[in-house]
Amino acid sequence: MELLVASAIGILTAAGLYLVLRLRTFPVILGVSLLTYAVNVFLFSSGRLKVGAPPILSDATNYTDPLPQALVLTAIVISFGMTAVVVMIALGSYLGSNDDNVNDPKIETEEPEDLI
Amino acid sequence: MSHWVILPVVLPAILAPFIVLAARYHVGIQRVLSVTGVIALIAITAGLASQASDGTVTLYQLGDWAAPFGIVVVADRLSTMMVLLTAVLSLFVLLYAIGSGWDERGRHFHALYQFQLMGIMGAFLTGDLFNLFVFFEVLLIASYGLMIHAGGNARLRAGVQYVLFNLLGSTLFLFALGAIYAETGTLNMADLAQRVTLIDADATVGIRIASVLLILVFAIKAAVVPLHFWLPSSYAEAPAPVAALFAIMTKVGAYAIIRVYTLVFPPDLAVTEGLHGLWLLPAALISLAIGMVGVLAAKKLDRLVAFAVIGSMGMVMVAIALFSQLGIAAALYYILHSTLAAAALFLITDLVRASRGHLELTTTPPVAGAALTAGLFFVAAIAMTGLPPLSGFVGKLLILDAAFTTPLAIWTWAIILSASLVSVVGFARAGSTVFWKAQSVEPDPEAEPHPAPSALSYAAVGGLVAMLILLTVFAGQVHRYTTTMAEQLFAPDDYISTVLDTPGKLSKPTTEDH
Repeated sequence: MELLVASAIGILTAAGLYLVLRLRTFPVILGVSLLTYAVNVFLFSSGRLKVGAPPILSDATNYTDPLPQALVLTAIVISFGMTAVVVMIALGSYLGSNDDNVNDPKIETEEPEDLI
Repeated sequence: MSHWVILPVVLPAILAPFIVLAARYHVGIQRVLSVTGVIALIAITAGLASQASDGTVTLYQLGDWAAPFGIVVVADRLSTMMVLLTAVLSLFVLLYAIGSGWDERGRHFHALYQFQLMGIMGAFLTGDLFNLFVFFEVLLIASYGLMIHAGGNARLRAGVQYVLFNLLGSTLFLFALGAIYAETGTLNMADLAQRVTLIDADATVGIRIASVLLILVFAIKAAVVPLHFWLPSSYAEAPAPVAALFAIMTKVGAYAIIRVYTLVFPPDLAVTEGLHGLWLLPAALISLAIGMVGVLAAKKLDRLVAFAVIGSMGMVMVAIALFSQLGIAAALYYILHSTLAAAALFLITDLVRASRGHLELTTTPPVAGAALTAGLFFVAAIAMTGLPPLSGFVGKLLILDAAFTTPLAIWTWAIILSASLVSVVGFARAGSTVFWKAQSVEPDPEAEPHPAPSALSYAAVGGLVAMLILLTVFAGQVHRYTTTMAEQLFAPDDYISTVLDTPGKLSKPTTEDH
């Protein structure tokens, strides 16, 4: 299971990073989403991987750490909200300037005559 | 237990929804509520600062749960000074937003402003790394709204970059937190400080990675080169009052570095030895140089100020990267100065935009109110570039003095001094092009004259400049205070014992349930 979880995090992160470097808003947002999935799984595993144990102290021998689960819950809510915000802003920017590049647009300035 | 410590977070958190729900359609009421809230914040934070000034560390346990399990808010000298600075800055910025009418150019300015203050205050006061993350998100999500306030294509574009960069930063922050939790099993800073010392010397890989990830996150916030690329567009395109408030946001990153890397990973800690000194100081020096070269190269006044912010953050980081008491004391003084100076410059930039209509560094005919604006720009530019007699000069002297005995002293001195020279040239060129040469251009008789900015705008900028002058006049007292602050930071036992030994619910786990 360790190998499976570790490689899942690794593949999600790699795919996310690749998409983030695409520099168009849609792939970048997908990439950021993949990265947040990766980090959620990573946070989960930071409390050690354990199967079939409740995150609650019923008997003191068999339980799993509940804190990472609370952290993941917070992280999921925050990243969901943030993704919604960035989708809206990116859509507004795309509809406004008819261009979905993330980079600054090339500045087309005429050189003022007194500088030449 | 005193509930005052949590008030700087709770007050804006209550006020903001109230503004949205009750005063949605009445800008007048929103303004009154917002200004009253900020004045109350100044009173509260001043009270907290005076309470902490004798060195007491005040702890507040939310829900009365004891420290490593519950959420704690801690007010020591550093936190209270930063919240006081935030409150004072936000008052002047808010007055400017009202005076210039920026708050009417889009909806919900005041509500977002209060949420932003809540996030900043929380980030300064929290004693827990995960809550630091949460408050970062609160201040970021409010800043996304403020950043695209009043709309416009250029602003939305810059907003996309800003949001995406910060989303990536937040993801990195979560990776760092996960790694720290996996290594130590806690995220409370005081608890962490104790547990990190217990890590075996030959099993430090995880904690070293976590510590570097964490400093990267804070360096993104503090805009240290090469993680500064989000700053120029965002700050230049953001509405001026928002950019002025953002001047404190880069300092949140600097604050977090000071806090975590004196408390949790102090410079003499064996497990993280040699991790930060190696590259933080060179990176800071490069940011200083790049920022000031950007000042010289900028073609528009707003970009110029944005690069000046990068340069001044570089200066702050140079002082922090020394990780000595002298260095931290100088850095804290410089943080006070550079926040106020950067905010004043952003607001002055907006005064120029209001009266000229654009910000290109070209000569235009004289405009209404130019003399007063030029005077304010002159004072703020002197402060920002660090010329005598204002606080920038004092701060720079303190930093140079702190760097004098370090191994990289020659480089530090050379880069600080030459970067200052470059920035003086940059600001002088901008000022003389925009204000001085205006007399040499014939006014266009058909051009529509822009109205002069309102008196309240000038009063707000004047207030910020007055704070800078006060900071210069009382430099001795302020520096003595920041020195005691640095002493407290480098002797964290008091902080740790206050946080961990204060009783609360669950403070003494019995043997079978721990």
